[in-house]
Amino acid sequence: MKKFINNVDNLLAESLSGFAAAHHDLVSLHLDPNYVYRAQKSKNKVALISGGGSGHEPLHAGYIGYGMLDAACPGHVFTSPTPDQMLAAAEEVHSGKGILFIVKNYAGDVMNFEMAAEMLQFGHATVMTSDDVAVENSTYTTGRRGVAGTVIVEKVVGSLAETGADLAACQALGDKVNTHTASMGVALTSCTVPAAGRPTFDIGDNELEMGVGIHGEPGRRREAMRPADEIVTDLVAAILEDFKARAVRPDKGGEVLLLINGFGGTPLMELYLLYNTAARLLERQGITVSRSLVGNYTTSLEMAGASITVCLLDDEIRKHWDSPVHTPALRWGK
Amino acid sequence: MKTEFILEAVKAVNTALLSRESEIESLDRAIGDGDHYINITRGSAVIVGIHDELASLTPDVALNRIGMKLLSTIGGAAGPLFGSFFMAMGKTVKENGGDTLPKIAAAFAAGVEAIKSRGKADLGEKTMLDTLIPVAQTFTKLASQGVERKALFDALKQAAEQGMLSTRDMVATKGRAAGLGERAIGHIDAGAKSSQVMINAVCDLVLSKK
Repeated sequence: MKKFINNVDNLLAESLSGFAAAHHDLVSLHLDPNYVYRAQKSKNKVALISGGGSGHEPLHAGYIGYGMLDAACPGHVFTSPTPDQMLAAAEEVHSGKGILFIVKNYAGDVMNFEMAAEMLQFGHATVMTSDDVAVENSTYTTGRRGVAGTVIVEKVVGSLAETGADLAACQALGDKVNTHTASMGVALTSCTVPAAGRPTFDIGDNELEMGVGIHGEPGRRREAMRPADEIVTDLVAAILEDFKARAVRPDKGGEVLLLINGFGGTPLMELYLLYNTAARLLERQGITVSRSLVGNYTTSLEMAGASITVCLLDDEIRKHWDSPVHTPALRWGK
Repeated sequence: MKTEFILEAVKAVNTALLSRESEIESLDRAIGDGDHYINITRGSAVIVGIHDELASLTPDVALNRIGMKLLSTIGGAAGPLFGSFFMAMGKTVKENGGDTLPKIAAAFAAGVEAIKSRGKADLGEKTMLDTLIPVAQTFTKLASQGVERKALFDALKQAAEQGMLSTRDMVATKGRAAGLGERAIGHIDAGAKSSQVMINAVCDLVLSKK
């Protein structure tokens, strides 16, 4: 393992301290319990709190600021945060209109946020993201995983919350965006959890893992390496099939947001190549790609690979995607 | 069950987990995300570290304190699950006492029930419960029959071992491998294994006493 580390036990605190210092105009950091929150507390709005294991940066702390989150609770690498973090963050940022938790559907995240919600003294609701279509046989499982589509949920709901909308409206929009969003990823290499010191999974030089999760969990199947266009074709097909199966297939001429998300170890040059193919495939199906996002937005440490996310836009989602946002990792219009 | 025993058991569990690092890690890497060993040993080390604080507490309060500490230390799924286990065990000892084997068995069973309800999982789903449920059932049954101590704790070790091994042929419907479908078959669940290691360590501790 070759990583920039002083002491593996201090890695998270040192990284969070650097993040808070680099973006001190936008965020503040509280250590023990760990949470990051807006430097300027907002007034009279639903407070959005997300969180999850570290190692997915900029998710979630990178999305704190105007138009997105109010606070984020980072856990250890790939390990969900603990309820005391969510409770402390909620105390810090609530401004009288309740707390909306945005939680990726992973068992650990779900249970820790659930216990925090049970202990919370003020109004709260939860939006669970579950955009990953890779997990098959969902009737036999705890359900689909929440992955890069979470960024879109945080952006869109964050925008609505700034308008003073109430908790129920924010939750409803979050659920709608989640329903309108589908993702699938592919890994070319593994990642190494610093405390473990060795790769999470073994993968050959000529292999790829189709449907990988954002922690390097295995996906649908192991395959031989192929040209990018073939890989993208399979990912886009899986996403469109999923929309169809859930009866939310985009209409002819329907507009979508296309997110090509890097897992941390794939250069932007390749991500744009993926975008090129994915956008053409969608256009060929009569789908208009009218919004785009390409970059490392939900990473898995240094894993090489990428995920494709398609979000079906309607007027409401488009409006709140386009609205101003000012966070360390996403900024436009302000 | 005295607080002194709980403290010895905590140390025994921590030592046993540390000695099985590579085994637990490789199971978790096969069909999980590779963090289980790190998480549970972060938890067991922290509990060993609050030894002096726990020593002054009654058993029910000590169990509850262990649960709260694990909840705020481990994270992941293991934090709420082990946290709920110890808090429920503490609550049951507080209400019913914990000075006889049937009462301890009842407290243990309450802890396992808390894991079931927090994790919304049951027997046969390829999780830690495949180890813990058979242990709780065996414990309750044999304790009520007044089976002598050695036979009882040997039986618990055996129940844990069999339960752990039973996960090998299961398709996971809950827990770390739930997304894998048939790819998980042939692999023992890391949580079932770590629970078996812990049960084994506590049983050996009991059996080592006169």
